[in-house]
Amino acid sequence: MALDFSVVSQYGGQILDGFGITIISWVGAVALGMVVGFAIAVLQLFTGRWIRAVLRVYIEILRTTPFLVQLFVLYYGGPNFGVSLSALDAGVVSLALYGSAYFAEIFRSGFLSVPHGQIEAADCLGLSRISTIWRVQLPQMLVIITPALINMIIILSKETSVLSIITVPELTAVLTQIGSEQFIYVETTLVLCVCYLMLVAVTQKLGGWAELKASRYLQR
Amino acid sequence: MFDASTFAHTLPLILQASRMTIFVSVIGLLLGFAVAVLVVTACLSPSAWLRRCGNLYTFLFRGVPLLVQLMLAYYFLPTLGINVSPLVAAIAAISLCEGAYLGEILRGGFLGIPRGQIEAAQMVGLSPAHTLIRIEIPQALKLTTPSLINEMILLIKASALISVVGVAEITRTAQNVAASTFRPLEAYLIAGLAYMLINGVLSVLGHYAEQRFGRA
Repeated sequence: MALDFSVVSQYGGQILDGFGITIISWVGAVALGMVVGFAIAVLQLFTGRWIRAVLRVYIEILRTTPFLVQLFVLYYGGPNFGVSLSALDAGVVSLALYGSAYFAEIFRSGFLSVPHGQIEAADCLGLSRISTIWRVQLPQMLVIITPALINMIIILSKETSVLSIITVPELTAVLTQIGSEQFIYVETTLVLCVCYLMLVAVTQKLGGWAELKASRYLQR
Repeated sequence: MFDASTFAHTLPLILQASRMTIFVSVIGLLLGFAVAVLVVTACLSPSAWLRRCGNLYTFLFRGVPLLVQLMLAYYFLPTLGINVSPLVAAIAAISLCEGAYLGEILRGGFLGIPRGQIEAAQMVGLSPAHTLIRIEIPQALKLTTPSLINEMILLIKASALISVVGVAEITRTAQNVAASTFRPLEAYLIAGLAYMLINGVLSVLGHYAEQRFGRA
């Protein structure tokens, strides 16, 4: 069995385009997912029992069903309830929603990890509830939750490969298509593996740096 | 918007397909556990070379999306002259991938076992293999019960991906129903419900197991 990697140079442009789409959908989903997840975590702190129960159901539905099924519900089922999105939009939105449930849980655990005395102290100093969250709780919890956040971000980077199933032209879709046009499945899939490993390795490195950044105030 | 008759028509099909989802997940978990024990033993072995192999395995199988591993198993094995059915390829990919994730969980469990236990086992004359099976694995399982249950739930969800190679589990069946009835929303919602049900039961059982065996 001889491997022939000339495809890489031959289709370099297409592969790069696919990589671009992968990055765009990943970054979009992470950004949107984190905002929604943070909002949910904060809402859980402030609201009453009923809204909390609704948010809990939202989180549990998204955490107990496969991402692929959620994607299908939004992309193929969406037109039934009046939401017609392009494949890329549907992919980014559903990936963001999927991530938001996990991000919400991570942020919630972060809020719980800050000792209550800190919040009382901020109250005594006359800080508003919002600035208590922003100035007191967030910086302290970031140290604790950064590893979990990085982990989730890495999981989402790999989850983008699922978008190929609804024909988003990202890395996996591009390379499988090249494979089936040229009948060279093994080489293209190996290139695919290397691309994802690079992506994950770089994210891990950046994550380590972010962890240092978050804990900077602890070091003298 | 909703079509009740589609629900009634689809439900039995999905229930039948959920057997395949559970089957693949359970086999994947068991084989994955065997792989994980090997990986952990390598990762925690005194030999630097073995440790490097274990870490490389973990990095490779956790760094590549399961979907890609699945395609690799599906396309790669035949080029080596091994013709496998989609189901076998799917189980192979899931077990190898799961081995890496379970390995990381078990590593934590193994490190949590007090050193004295292993020394005591050596003192009473247990062989290393015996120590592993009788002393280390049971305690590591107890220490990591919550993470293992979490991993099982993730595995049930991950098994949706094997629909891509054509194994008729829940998601694939829902796709077929959606294609034949033109009611994708109902089909996929029922599929989602089936997954929620399975994972709900798992998480309840998990809580029970945690209370029952969780104390090490």
